[in-house]
Amino acid sequence: MAHAKNHDYHILNPSVWPFLGAVFGFVMLFGAVVWMAGEVTILWQAITLGGPWLFLIGFVGVLYTMFGWWSETIAENQVGDHTPVVLIGLRYGFILFIMSEVMFFFAWFWSFFKHAMYPMGPQSPAIDGQFAAGVELFDPWHLPLINTLILLCSGAAATWAHHALVHENNRKDIKSGLTIAILLGLIFTVFQAYEYSHAAFGFSGNIYGANFFMATGFHGAHVIIGTIFLFICLLRTLRGHFTPENHLGFEAAAWYWHFVDVVWLFLFAAVYVWGNSMAG
Amino acid sequence: MADAAIHGHEHEDNRGFFTRWFMSTNHKDIGILYLIVSALVGLVSVMFTVYMRLELMEPGVQYMCAEGARLFATEVANCTPNGHLWNVLITGHGILMMFFVVIPALFGGFGNYFMPLQIGAPDMAFPRMNNLSFWLYVAGTSLAIASVFSPGGNGQLGSGVGWVLYPPLSTTEGGYSMDLAIFAVHVSGASSILGAINIITTFLNMRAPGMTLFKVPLFAWSIFITAWLILLSLPVLAGAITMLLTDRNFGTTFFDPSGGGDPILYQHILWFFGHPEVYIVVLPGFGIASHVIATFSRKPVFGYLPMVWALIAIGALGFVVWAHHMYTVGMSLTQQSYFMLATMVIAVPTGVKIFSWIATMWGGSIEFKTPMLFAMGFVFLFTVGGVTGIVLSQAAIDRAYHDTYYVVAHFHYTMSMGAAFTIFAGVYFYLPKMTGRMYSETLGKLHFWMFFIGVNITFFPQHFLGRQGMPRRYIDYPEAFATWNYVSSWGAMLSFASFLLFFGIVIYTVFAGARETRKNPWNEYADTLEWTLPSPPPEHTFEQLPKREDWDKQPAH
Repeated sequence: MAHAKNHDYHILNPSVWPFLGAVFGFVMLFGAVVWMAGEVTILWQAITLGGPWLFLIGFVGVLYTMFGWWSETIAENQVGDHTPVVLIGLRYGFILFIMSEVMFFFAWFWSFFKHAMYPMGPQSPAIDGQFAAGVELFDPWHLPLINTLILLCSGAAATWAHHALVHENNRKDIKSGLTIAILLGLIFTVFQAYEYSHAAFGFSGNIYGANFFMATGFHGAHVIIGTIFLFICLLRTLRGHFTPENHLGFEAAAWYWHFVDVVWLFLFAAVYVWGNSMAG
Repeated sequence: MADAAIHGHEHEDNRGFFTRWFMSTNHKDIGILYLIVSALVGLVSVMFTVYMRLELMEPGVQYMCAEGARLFATEVANCTPNGHLWNVLITGHGILMMFFVVIPALFGGFGNYFMPLQIGAPDMAFPRMNNLSFWLYVAGTSLAIASVFSPGGNGQLGSGVGWVLYPPLSTTEGGYSMDLAIFAVHVSGASSILGAINIITTFLNMRAPGMTLFKVPLFAWSIFITAWLILLSLPVLAGAITMLLTDRNFGTTFFDPSGGGDPILYQHILWFFGHPEVYIVVLPGFGIASHVIATFSRKPVFGYLPMVWALIAIGALGFVVWAHHMYTVGMSLTQQSYFMLATMVIAVPTGVKIFSWIATMWGGSIEFKTPMLFAMGFVFLFTVGGVTGIVLSQAAIDRAYHDTYYVVAHFHYTMSMGAAFTIFAGVYFYLPKMTGRMYSETLGKLHFWMFFIGVNITFFPQHFLGRQGMPRRYIDYPEAFATWNYVSSWGAMLSFASFLLFFGIVIYTVFAGARETRKNPWNEYADTLEWTLPSPPPEHTFEQLPKREDWDKQPAH
């Protein structure tokens, strides 16, 4: 082979996944618009679309792309394409991704703080209204506090697994730690769903509910994604993918899980505790 | 393994068409794809404006009639004005130019192609994700175009809400055109964020051995800073337009006072993104201008280190001045004072850059090649736009100028002339490198003079119109504003002609231009690493990482 490459960076083969992913992404979002609009005719009224089908096709396609693409990445990792310098790059990349996620939450917190500190009223902006007037709020020291502890324990379990991997390479402890972290993540999601079902306010029609459900819902979606991420790490542990030196997927999952944790702490402190003290 | 492919330019490229252009993991090919698509979208977006300038040429509505859009002027009496069509065109022009032309051309195109080359990296850090950025950009463009042809407000096609998508207009616009536009911005934002992650990682992790941060060429620096602005500001916009989406479709009241929401909040969040966006548009151009000016003045760029710190300062300050776009919404005097002061502070680092470019030219042996003309044109026009920016930063004066043509003139001087001139400078500067063919100097200069005169005739009179009180975003105007609108429209025609000439020049050069096989067709002051490669560069570059003496021509900083 004419092997001219003389550096440690990762030069990749052409891949169809990005193109496929973008096509499915387009189908998914166009399908979402079709779903929300109810009925859409395209191509000079020749075809009428309706219902969630187009969205679901695109969504499954996006999931399939993720699965195929990341399976390929894992395979590349296993054959040693991820040299130390490539691993550093992947770490940078993941940290930057988390930073962009933080800025996404920034928008929800902005909306929440604005409405908590300067609530709208008939005389706004000269005279503020009352925040969450007439809305029955959750007591932060019941289920939300329990959920906080659950998520923190889950983070601690993930850290236990991480230490077991890096310092002892003790497969049994890694599996126990990850399993506990995943189960606690699932319990958090179930409790959160339970809380939602008992909310005295809705997503629509009032600003408190809009802010509450948007911020905690967006966080909830991240909890689910993080749980799946940890679950993949558990499967990969069972297959013996991770070594104390090379466990990038695990590290990323742990970072992501801690990020989700920290966002929750902010949500708990700001939305549940402080927000309730501001309510009129 | 990709690196098993055959190398050396005596070998034919053995990749198939689909593999090369649809499955690419090659930063140079992806950069070219970005440049081509953004040029095409740019043509569409420019045609929107030409049609708008035709409409504004004479008072009274002669083209955009409710009875059907006309190609030739019709009698005012026979024409019922179709304001919706007008609104769709200004919205489309703004969204396309902002998200689908300038960012993809400068950041996606030149950033992808030349940032890795300048730092001696074999490719981007995440070559596959790089291609995802490009195809998401195409997906976003498709959604944006679908939006223009979908049922929107007023029982017509398209959304006419302005590129800023302010509620309540955007939350009450009928049809689903608006939803498609929102998703288009989401997707293009995701594309840019992935691109930014890629660029930052590449810059931090893949510089040539010995290339410390303050030895990195200025263009690579400008792309790096731009990437940070994208990474930190675009997710906030995504949040804002997600709230628009739920307000439209799921009954939330983020921006609806009847449910306790606040439409002004949207403006704050939008401009928290929107002001960094202004620098996202222009910073890469700063980088290109630095290299072009240094090369054709036959001098190293003046004040490299202050130039880098000015980029950093502009990037940081860009995040703390957003509300100067909304002085008239009823903010407190304290807030207005703060945003006014913070805004004026940006003039300092910007001044550092302008004066450094002038000092680079000072005493240099200047060659007036086409890229240099565009770069000098950029410095002059950007300064004009910057000076009117200082005027507009005054909250008190803004009371009079807000939403007038003065603002239109101001931001077109910075963007349509600032950013666009650097894009053209970059295209002419790098065309021989990318294609191995040289453009025609005569035609290039003709393009420059047509464009320079054209845009000035278009936009300078708009300062006068703004001062006379002509509001922006209207399909028609009273007789009193006729003269300068007439002049401005002819300027737009001249600019459009020059744009078509540009397409002709580039297409001719790519397919039939004179061969230019030298590695460096300019001179020894084009001393960054891309000029040490063959023209055009082979599929894979820097498989042997560059040696320090290849690029380190300057004393340490």
